[in-house]
Amino acid sequence: MATKDSSGADTLQEVYFGHEHLTVIEPAKGWRALNFRELWAYRELFLVLVQRDIKVRYKQTVLGVVWAVLQPVLTMLIFTVIFGGLAKIPSDGYPYAIFVFAALLPWTFFANAVSASSISLVNSANMVSKVYFPRVIIPLAAIGGGLIDLMISTVVLFALMLWYGVGWSAHLLLAPALLLAVVFIALGVGVLLSALTVAYRDFRFVVPFLIQIWMYATPVVYPASLVPEKWQWLVYLNPMAGVIEAFRSAFLGRPFDLPSIGISLLVGIILFVWAVAYFERVERRFADII
Amino acid sequence: MSDCSAIRVSGLGKQYVLGGAESGNESFREMLTGALSAPFRRLKRLQGEGADGDSFWALKEVNFQIKPGEVVGIIGRNGAGKSTLLKILSRITDPTEGRIEMRGRVSSLLEVGTGFHPELTGRENIFLNGAILGMSRREILDKFDAIVEFAEVEKFLDTPVKRYSSGMYVRLAFAVAAHLEPEILVVDEVLAVGDAAFQKKCLGKMQDVGREGRTVLFVSHNMGMIRSLCSRCILLSSGSVELDGDVGEVVEAYFSSGIETEEGEVQWEGDQAPGGKEICLRGIRLLDAHGNAQSIFDAAAVMDVEIAYEVFEPLRGMRLNLQFVTQDGVVAFTTTDHHQTGETTLLPGRYVAKCRIPENLLNQGGYMIRVHAGIPGVRVLIEGREYLRAQVVGSGAGGSFYKEKWAGVVAPKLVWSMKKKGGVHCEGF
Repeated sequence: MATKDSSGADTLQEVYFGHEHLTVIEPAKGWRALNFRELWAYRELFLVLVQRDIKVRYKQTVLGVVWAVLQPVLTMLIFTVIFGGLAKIPSDGYPYAIFVFAALLPWTFFANAVSASSISLVNSANMVSKVYFPRVIIPLAAIGGGLIDLMISTVVLFALMLWYGVGWSAHLLLAPALLLAVVFIALGVGVLLSALTVAYRDFRFVVPFLIQIWMYATPVVYPASLVPEKWQWLVYLNPMAGVIEAFRSAFLGRPFDLPSIGISLLVGIILFVWAVAYFERVERRFADII
Repeated sequence: MSDCSAIRVSGLGKQYVLGGAESGNESFREMLTGALSAPFRRLKRLQGEGADGDSFWALKEVNFQIKPGEVVGIIGRNGAGKSTLLKILSRITDPTEGRIEMRGRVSSLLEVGTGFHPELTGRENIFLNGAILGMSRREILDKFDAIVEFAEVEKFLDTPVKRYSSGMYVRLAFAVAAHLEPEILVVDEVLAVGDAAFQKKCLGKMQDVGREGRTVLFVSHNMGMIRSLCSRCILLSSGSVELDGDVGEVVEAYFSSGIETEEGEVQWEGDQAPGGKEICLRGIRLLDAHGNAQSIFDAAAVMDVEIAYEVFEPLRGMRLNLQFVTQDGVVAFTTTDHHQTGETTLLPGRYVAKCRIPENLLNQGGYMIRVHAGIPGVRVLIEGREYLRAQVVGSGAGGSFYKEKWAGVVAPKLVWSMKKKGGVHCEGF
């Protein structure tokens, strides 16, 4: 499928939804690049879908948005008791509770984003088989729903930092950039898994396991320093590892380990590009197989 | 595009692969074993064995052009390729070969209310659905009041749509779609929703769309609607264009070409049957007074309509409707089994329902027999379609001494009385 704009229309809105727009439908073959212009033209749909997910998230729950606080706090308490208290896992000299929460914050967002995103296309089967729009919007928008939770958890983290009196440093300024990195990695993984789930429903069962295993492969409940020096690079091949360690550095005021962030980001970028390319290749089959 | 057609379809084809690696319904395990066996299959294909047998062309060599402002109906039997054509025109699925050029903004309505979220309010869903259909926020804001007024849901704008009645839901959904302003509108059978009054309103809206000079492609099984909306009609048969021309001629050809509509009997087995997971039709027969399947009836004799269906899951409150529709698409009457069955629960199994059309009710001429089943106000179980056709002939005794056709969709023989009042000078009653 290819879309050309024949008119000299100024705005993208006009190009894609304009009255003189020429649509050409042809069989498409092979790999193709993501059409960023088209994606931009459909940004309103993206925003509306994100809005929907946020609005619907806590409808008809008694506690409502309190869940956004309870979920990470309860997880933190459990981890602190089991891993910090019973298993006595070291925490680089910080109180275990804040040590684990600084990592849980990005990890919970990542885990929720990936699981929401991977099932999103199948859940939107009806839309996919009835209306045209760039399909990649669905897994992208599915990630947006967790942003509110993330913001609320950040407030909780700030409260913990006040309580323990740690971490207020200039490093905090890097936190937004790190957050973007998490969003980016989650997008890559989510987009890839959503396309795979359309074709192979097995991934509905694979994804929860994947996320669980991934958490233990990532320094969330333990510090990366626990891994022997010569194997550390292997840990950072996991893009979330570098980002999570950097998150700790930002919130706890530790120095950043730039090489590890570099490796993780590079892997994250490669993953993202590959995921989007794969998605675009299989996208046009979705309606036939969903 | 050098010429000025709004839609130009040339050499369009769509191939579906049945089974095999490309069906997509495979599990992960099958993908793995498939990957292992792929080299062998490729080897076989090179040697000229198999492979091609399990694919079919849903569309093949479809060509047509539509001028701006034309309202064109697309008809054809189930499996003729209508839905596939619509899906390709709507860019939901890719063609395998050929090319389509469309000039102007294209909107397609394969369904109303796509993406409606039950938890969101009517207001929120208008914005959601509008965005999905390709309207900008600005546009939706401009048309918001018109949409709400058309849907008649002012009071419930801030109620979640899950609390809406099915009628309100459908009205709101259609109202959003009706306010799209594309140059080209592709519509599937979405008008068969809501109650009669609302259907009429929708039909009016569609006629306006045609009058405003928009190009409309319209798929329907309702020949009456096709006749009243379209000027031109395309008949699809086994994936290609069989006939393209004046709506009257094409609709007539559609009926006269019918195998299933001429025998007075139609049967379905397996997945071909109309219906869904809960219930499907197994057959419809038109029987004369002697119990023989017929398609030609005497107006002065009874006709039995026998509807066989299979229920797969216990169904409560199912209503089976039977409609007689004239050649012009006017519903002569609707009748239902609900008077007898009421709110009973149907257990899984096969059923046969029989409705007797009394003598001296039908007029001379052709009727299409439409069957529909659903749970009122809840959902449609079997889509209403014209499945059979009956020809009613007058034998001279049907309401008249002369062999003449009366005006009207039915010609019932009713009780008349006459009394002489007063003398020669009749001064009124």
